[in-house]
Amino acid sequence: MVAVTVNGKIYNTNADPRTPLLWVLRDDLGLTGTKYGCGVAQCGSCTVHIDGVVNRSCRVPLNAVGRRKVTTIEGLAQGGTLTKVQQAWLDNDVPQCGYCQSGMIMAAAALLKTTPKPTDEEIDAAMTNICRCGTYQQIRAAIHDAAKG
Amino acid sequence: MTTTTLNRRNFLASSAAIAGGFSLGFGVPFSRAEAQTGVQEINAWVVIHPDDKVVIRIARSEMGQGTLTGLAQLVAEELECDWAKVTTEYPTPGQNLARNRVWGNFSTGGSQGIRQSNQYVRQGGATAREMLIQAAAKEWNVPASECSAANSVITHKGTGKTTTYGKVAAAAAKMEPPKDVKLKDAKDWKIAGKGLKRLDTRDKLTGAQLYGIDLKLPNMLTATIRDTPVNGGKLKSFDAAKVEKMPGVKKVVAIDGRAVAVVANSYWQARTALAALPVEWDPGPGGSVSSSDIAAMLAEGLNATQAFVGNQAGDAKGAIDKAAKKIEAVYSYPYQNHATMEPMNCTALWTPDKCEAWGPTQNGEAALAATAEAAGLPVNKCDFRKTLLGGGFGRRGRSDYVRQAVLIAKEMPGTPIKLIWSREEDMTHCTFHPIMACKLTGGIDAAGNIAGLHVRLSGQSILAGLLPQNLQNGMDPVVFQGFNNGGTESAYGYNIDNLLVDHAMRNPHVLPGFWRGVNTNQNAIFMECFMDELAEAAGQDPLEFRRKMLKPRHLRVLNAAVEKAGWGKAPAGVHQGLAQIMGYGSYVAAVAEVSVSDAGQLKIHRIVAATDCGHAVNPAQIERQIAGSFVYGLSAALYGECTVKDGAIEQTNFDTYNVMRMDEMPKVESVIVPSGDFWGGVGEPTIAVAAPAVLNAIYRATGKRIRTLPVMNHDLRKA
Ligand code: FES
Ligand code: FES
Repeated sequence: MVAVTVNGKIYNTNADPRTPLLWVLRDDLGLTGTKYGCGVAQCGSCTVHIDGVVNRSCRVPLNAVGRRKVTTIEGLAQGGTLTKVQQAWLDNDVPQCGYCQSGMIMAAAALLKTTPKPTDEEIDAAMTNICRCGTYQQIRAAIHDAAKG
Repeated sequence: MTTTTLNRRNFLASSAAIAGGFSLGFGVPFSRAEAQTGVQEINAWVVIHPDDKVVIRIARSEMGQGTLTGLAQLVAEELECDWAKVTTEYPTPGQNLARNRVWGNFSTGGSQGIRQSNQYVRQGGATAREMLIQAAAKEWNVPASECSAANSVITHKGTGKTTTYGKVAAAAAKMEPPKDVKLKDAKDWKIAGKGLKRLDTRDKLTGAQLYGIDLKLPNMLTATIRDTPVNGGKLKSFDAAKVEKMPGVKKVVAIDGRAVAVVANSYWQARTALAALPVEWDPGPGGSVSSSDIAAMLAEGLNATQAFVGNQAGDAKGAIDKAAKKIEAVYSYPYQNHATMEPMNCTALWTPDKCEAWGPTQNGEAALAATAEAAGLPVNKCDFRKTLLGGGFGRRGRSDYVRQAVLIAKEMPGTPIKLIWSREEDMTHCTFHPIMACKLTGGIDAAGNIAGLHVRLSGQSILAGLLPQNLQNGMDPVVFQGFNNGGTESAYGYNIDNLLVDHAMRNPHVLPGFWRGVNTNQNAIFMECFMDELAEAAGQDPLEFRRKMLKPRHLRVLNAAVEKAGWGKAPAGVHQGLAQIMGYGSYVAAVAEVSVSDAGQLKIHRIVAATDCGHAVNPAQIERQIAGSFVYGLSAALYGECTVKDGAIEQTNFDTYNVMRMDEMPKVESVIVPSGDFWGGVGEPTIAVAAPAVLNAIYRATGKRIRTLPVMNHDLRKA
C-alpha cells in the first residue's frame, strides 16, 4: 500500500510504487482529467502540481511523490466555482477538442501563481505543452485575461 | 408512434448516459430518460423536455472543429428555440440503421459536417417548429397561420395567448409532419451566422469531460497492443509464458496474425508486460525498404511516360518548348503523422449474442460495421457509441483500432476491454499523409506571361491504399485536389491556356491516409511556390503576376488577404509571402510575414488568412479553425516528417516528431470574406496555404528556395 495525497484527500493504492503518477491517478484513483499524450514528458497533457509546482506526471513514479501534495485539474474548481484561469478559458472559448486543456490550465495556473502578470515571452517560456488543435492564440489571450482579473 | 419512439429514444446513449455510467447491454432502457416522464421526441433531430430543455441530435462527430455547435445552431435557427436551453446528443449508428438512416451520413471528414448536412438538419428544425405551432393552435382552436414561434414560446396573434415548447411537445409529436417547410433566408438568421460560444466547453476545463480513453465499465480490463512494425508484415511468434505471470496480466492475445496485445488490470501493467514480451516479426516485402528507396521510386515517376491526366488544356509541352524562357523545379513532400492528442483507443464488450463498442471515431457507421465484422455477429446485434474525440484530423476515419478492440474482447467474453495504444504505437501505425514528389515545368513568353505549364505529380494514392474500389480506371482523382478543371470542390484558380497536370502513381508499402487538408497540402506548396518562381523568372511581383491569371472568386479572396496584410508594407527586416488555393468548397488565401536571423533562425511573425466559405455559420469558430489550421499546417511545414528504415517508421514520439509550440505561434488574423451564396468547408481549406505562404516569405528573406519539406532539414542562413 502506498499513500498519496491528491486534491486534499489521502488515497491508499495497491499500484506498483514504480507506476507513473499519471496512471495511478487515472486507473487507480479514477481521476481521468489528467491525460496521457506521450508518456515521455514532451506534451504536457499530464501536467499536475506537486506542492504547487508544475510536474509532468507521466514521468513521476508514485514512490517519488512521498508526502507531497498533488493537485490535479479536478482539484481546481471548488464547489462548482471555476477558478480565475478556468473562467478566463471559458470566456475566451479556448478549447477545441479539449484533450490538452487540463494540462494547459494546470501549467497556466502555476505560471500565474509565480508570475501574476506574465509578458508574452514569459508565457512562451512557461507554456511548452502541445496542442494539436492549435488553440495557442486563445490560450495566450486567456492567460492575459486571467492576469487582469 | 409515441411508444415505439420512446423505446427507441431510451435506447439512445447520450453524453449524459456516458457520464453517468453506461447503459450496458441491449434491451436495457436508457433509464434516466425513461424516468423523465414527458420527454418528447418531436422528430429525429429534436427532443423537447417538459421544462423546455431542447436536445438536438447530432450525427457528425465532434473532434474539436465545432461542428456540434454549428449544426445545433442551424437546427435551433429553424426551430426558433431558446439557445440557452439547447443541449446535444449523438444518436448511435445502430439507431441510424434501425431507423432507415434517418440521420443520414455519420462520416465526419473532408470538412463536410455542415456543408453536406445543412439542408436536412435545418429542415428537421423547421419541421419540428411547425409541429409545435400546430399543436398549440389545435389546443387553442385557432388556425396555425395565426400563431408564431420565437425563443421556445408560441404566441397567437389575435388573443395574445402564449405557451411554451415544453407544454405542447407531447401533442406536437402526434402531429403530421408538414411536407414542404420553407427554410429561412440567411439574412434573417438570429442564431446561425453568429459567433456563439461552443456548447461543449465547460467540462473540458474541469477534467469532467470523458474521452474514449477515460471510459470505465464494471469489471473492465485494459489492453495495449503492438502491430507489425512494417505494414504488410506478419506476427511470427511470441512467448506469452514470459509475461503471463507479471502483475495484473490476464491474457496475451494474437490479433489477425499481425499484432499482439496484452490484457491486464491496468494500462501500466499491460504496457509493462507488452514491453517485456519477446516478439518476432516477419516483415514481409516492405522490410527491405527505406526512405531513399521510396525517394528513388518517386523520382523515376517524375519522368515516366505513363501518367493519369487530371487537368489538361491546349498543348502544354509544345508551348513550353516554344517559350522564350523555360524553368523547371522539383519539389517533394514527406510522410506525416496526424498525432492526435488522444492516442487511438476503443472499448468493447463481446458476448456470443451481442457486441457493443465505445470510442472516438470520425465515422460512426464504419466503426459499427467494423465492430460487427470483428464480432462475427449480424450488425443489428451490435452497436457503437461515439465519445468526444481528442482530435481526429482524418486519422479516426479508419476503424483499425475498433477491430482490434473487438477481437481482443472476443477472446474474453463478457469482460469489457479498453484498448489503449501507446503514443509509440500511434506514431508508427498511422495512415500517413501520402508522400509525393512533383516536377513543374513552365514556359514564359516574351510578354512575361505563362505560355505553358506542366505539373507532374509522382507518388502515393490514398484511394489505392485505403479505398481501391473508388479508383476510376486506376486513377485517383483525389490526388488532383486544387488542380481540378472547375467544379465546386477544389477548382484550379489560374487561367492558363496550355496546361497539363498528371500523376504517375507510385505506391510504397507505407499505408497512406486522409490527413487534415489531404492532397491540397502538397499541391498548394507545389503550385504556389512554383508560381513565385515563375513570377521571378518573368521579373514580376508575385501578386501582380497572379492577378493576371486568377479566376474571379480566387482573386477576390487573395485580394482580401493582401489588403488586410498590407502587401509590400512589411516592417523592416520582415518579408512577406503569399499563397491561394480552393479546397473543400472554399476559397482561401494567406499572407505570411517572416524574418530569418543571421544565424538562420526563422520567426513567423504574422499570418493573414482569408477564407470565402460561403455561409459562415459561426464566425468565431471559423476564426479558431483558421488559427488552428495554421498551427497544424506550420507544424507540418517546419517539422513534419516520418522517415522509413527497414520498412518501419522511425519517429516514435514527440521527441522525434516535433510539433509547433506556443513560442512559435504567429499572430493569425483571419478575414472571413462574406459571400453567403454557397456552403464551403472550414476545418481544412486554410491549412494548405500555411506552408507555401511561409516558404515564399522565406525565399524573400534568404534567397533560399525550399523545395523539400520539412523546413527543419534546411540551413536558413542567407545564401
Ligand atoms: S503524457 Fe506526460 S508529458 Fe506527455
Ligand atoms: S484542444 Fe485539442 S489538442 Fe488542444
